[in-house]
Amino acid sequence: MQLATLLIGLIAATALWSGVQALNQQARTSYDRAASVFGGARTATLVGRDGPSFPQSLFVDVRRAGWPVSPLLEGRVQIGGKSLRVLGIDPVTLPVQSAGAPEIGRDGLQAFLTPPFETLVAPETLRDLGLRERDRPDIAGGLQLPPLRAQSQLLPGVLVVDIGIAQQVLNQPGQISRLLIGETKQRRASLDSIVGDRLRLVEPSSESDLERLTDSFHLNLTAFGLLSFVVGLFIVNSAIGLAFEQRLPMLRTMRACGVSARLLNGVLVFELVTIALVAGLVGLVCGYLIAAFLLPDVAASLRGLYGAQIPGQLTLQPQWWIAGIAISVGGALAAATTSLVKAARLPLLATAQPYAWQVAQQRLLRFQGLASLAVFAFAAAASWFGDSLAAGFAVLAAIMLGAALALPVVLGFVLKTGERVASRPLTSWFFADARLQLSGLSLALMALLLALAVNVGVGTMVSGFSKTFTGWLDGRLAAEIYLNAKDDPQAVAIAAWLTQHRKVDAILPSARTDVQIGGWPVEILGFADHATYRDRWPLLEQRAETWDRLRAGDAALISEQLSRRLKLGIGDRITVPTPSGAWSLEIVAIYADYGNPKGQLGVATDALLRHFPETPRTRLGLRVAPDRAPALVAEIQRTFGLDGRSVADQATVKAESLRIFNRTFAVTSALNAFTLGVAGVALLTSLLTLSHSRLPQLAPLGAIGITRRKLAVIELLKTMAVALITALLALPLGLLVAWCLIVVVNVKAFGWRLPFYVFPSQLIALLGVAMLAACLAALLPIVRLLRMQPAELVKVFANER
Amino acid sequence: MLTVAHLAKSYRSADVPVAVLRGVDLAVQAGESVALTGESGSGKSTLLHLIAGLDGADSGRITLGDVDITALDDPGRAALRRDRLGLVFQQFNLIPSLSVADNLAFQARIAGRHDPLWHDELVDRLGLGDLLKRYPEQLSGGQQQRVAIGRALAIKPTLLLADEPTGNLDEATADEVMHLARDLVARSGCGLLMVTHSARLAATLDRRVHLSSGRVS
Repeated sequence: MQLATLLIGLIAATALWSGVQALNQQARTSYDRAASVFGGARTATLVGRDGPSFPQSLFVDVRRAGWPVSPLLEGRVQIGGKSLRVLGIDPVTLPVQSAGAPEIGRDGLQAFLTPPFETLVAPETLRDLGLRERDRPDIAGGLQLPPLRAQSQLLPGVLVVDIGIAQQVLNQPGQISRLLIGETKQRRASLDSIVGDRLRLVEPSSESDLERLTDSFHLNLTAFGLLSFVVGLFIVNSAIGLAFEQRLPMLRTMRACGVSARLLNGVLVFELVTIALVAGLVGLVCGYLIAAFLLPDVAASLRGLYGAQIPGQLTLQPQWWIAGIAISVGGALAAATTSLVKAARLPLLATAQPYAWQVAQQRLLRFQGLASLAVFAFAAAASWFGDSLAAGFAVLAAIMLGAALALPVVLGFVLKTGERVASRPLTSWFFADARLQLSGLSLALMALLLALAVNVGVGTMVSGFSKTFTGWLDGRLAAEIYLNAKDDPQAVAIAAWLTQHRKVDAILPSARTDVQIGGWPVEILGFADHATYRDRWPLLEQRAETWDRLRAGDAALISEQLSRRLKLGIGDRITVPTPSGAWSLEIVAIYADYGNPKGQLGVATDALLRHFPETPRTRLGLRVAPDRAPALVAEIQRTFGLDGRSVADQATVKAESLRIFNRTFAVTSALNAFTLGVAGVALLTSLLTLSHSRLPQLAPLGAIGITRRKLAVIELLKTMAVALITALLALPLGLLVAWCLIVVVNVKAFGWRLPFYVFPSQLIALLGVAMLAACLAALLPIVRLLRMQPAELVKVFANER
Repeated sequence: MLTVAHLAKSYRSADVPVAVLRGVDLAVQAGESVALTGESGSGKSTLLHLIAGLDGADSGRITLGDVDITALDDPGRAALRRDRLGLVFQQFNLIPSLSVADNLAFQARIAGRHDPLWHDELVDRLGLGDLLKRYPEQLSGGQQQRVAIGRALAIKPTLLLADEPTGNLDEATADEVMHLARDLVARSGCGLLMVTHSARLAATLDRRVHLSSGRVS
């Protein structure tokens, strides 16, 4: 039994930890690809000081001065209603170290640089667009891209073309976004002496925007993995502790027969390491399966929350396997430390005293109580003085650790009080015996407490987010129909058709463009001057006459996350880089923009188009009686040849948004379920190991006239009672975790703060699940007790055990 | 009071049935103390366990007063133990989670036969007054056995069954404990059937029954 328990614990610990690490590794590899592809954050670059692009002649000047630079032009095009990033490169001058992907070979180079040219694209994007290799997709302005060619190393959502082609399709003749700098040993002339102050050097960063944005998500995943790992080690520790206790007489006999303590410990360690290696391998296979199972959800979460593109196929590196085995062996040895030390110091003449061991465990509880107070004090201090994401996670970790340490103390107190209050002998024994069992069960109960608290905390946060998000969508999606025309002329034609035929109550033209402010990607969103926005846009804070100020063109609404990132409030000014120079805007309101990985600024559409004249004017919101919307959508699709992705009614967009939202948090639900499952297994294994050593405690009750059936019921009730107390303690702890997630972690990680809601029905359901898990865990030992032959029970009295 | 007739019991060991009792006949009268002796493996403890209803017999009959123990089901046998039998074992088998006071009163209270006066007398006679708040783990072997005897006698049983009650005690302590037990048995008027290897202790009881190879010899 101990072997099975040990294996279950090690496999569970290794599997969940390795699974989460595999997911993190997969995502980070993707970020690395994104960062290293053609001058991402990993490459030093030169950028224009005044705007998003600069003349190509500067490239010639810098290159002639001996700088190993390569030009790059970046922009976006729309294909079939989807916005894609275009990178124009010069493969001849591309620095070797920035061309990590994709490689363009000698043959490929000719095809890439000569008519009809090529557009390199990731296979995932090709599939997503419903296109095949050699197809030439249409883009705005009646232009076509060169024939598509799939390149597996490319990131999804990126199109790579020759820079000359990019200048055409992006309508930026002779312009460059940045210059990638290669490494050279030659001394370079100073930049100022070549181009004056027109270019600015951007040093390579070890961390990309995406890595910075997604840090908290991966920290979250790691925290789940670590929690499951710790819970698994709880099982291992419990199994090894009891196995050693039962083997002590045998170990003593071996010592008495002349086996040295060193040899005995060496053999025990060898045995443990062998088991850990086997369990580690099985755990890694399980971890791989878990990661493969969760990857689609993780990819959806990263796409939904941060816009990160993660390929759907799991690739693992050798170090993952090595780390997995190491963590299994290391974890097993760590969990066995106390038992190994005990075996090393084994007094030869002492007799085995399982009960004394349990009493010693109870002494440990007092230290645990003091330790938990210290950890809670640390949590309070971190909460008071800390102001970072790391501090937020430190508070969370400290709260959970403190609560776990305090649990056996609290349970002991409750059961002791129960014993004192109980007047009937069986009730009194019920509490007294439950208290005695605590030392053996406390680790499993701690695991249950942590798993439940995380479930309550994350569940409350996600449900609160869902409720807020739904209400927010109602305000945000105010128009009944959303439309994205193929190009500007089509948008004008549609607007004219709608006006002429009086199909709608209002047409709300919209526009958006992307810029970088303070190193963060920011969307500039154009608002039409219409009561729809005034009445329904979800503002969190605002100045008087917000919308009138916006119409004037020198004011902006700012999204909550951008205001936090840039530490800007109402009345502050923000400078937006535009092709025609800096655009200074006063912030007049802050609005909620949940789920958007980018920062966002809202300005008047007219003002946006004045400062960014190249912005597509293809987006329209239509106000119409809700019952007429579906028919109008169908009519527009039919009349203008648009598909469902380009024109949709409000209900469809809302449903899609909610579907994406739910998918985003699917991974959380799956990890919640896994963690709770491991906690249930921890409880089961503890009860199974205890059931053997409990026979001498139960047998006297059988001898003095309590039936096995009654004993079994009492045993079940006892487990359920301690599980219930644990679950009841987990509820406030979970709400505290939720509060910490909402008020500290979310704000630091995402930049938005959600209202705190409590969902009683969810708490009751989780309580039910916890009790069911406890009942299932208790059932097997109970059935064994019920089916035990009288001879087994009698052995306790016959001195044959 | 106690009558055992043609009692047989066998166990399966490595799938081979091993006969432990082969038709045992025995009687114990009220107020009588009987020593059950025999070599190891002769079936003494098995006989005691069958009488206590801790296990079921293959054949034969055990009656206690007007109750046919062999005809009782598990709950019936449990009720009989609770209400009419006192059990004392070599390993004491106290309830580790309860204090001495709670252990002493436990069976009497669940049987609904708690008699405070008798309880106080037991505490007094067994010398447990200073130990009532302690837990079994904190007692010596002799002290634990005194608590076990007290618990068994607290219900004023019809029959006290003792399985090597002094097996874990030194001679002096064993004598002291047995002296007390005999005294209290006489005081309560119950019968006593005691398994022992000690001829010296057996000689202090009213009668001795020897078991050999599963039969009374």
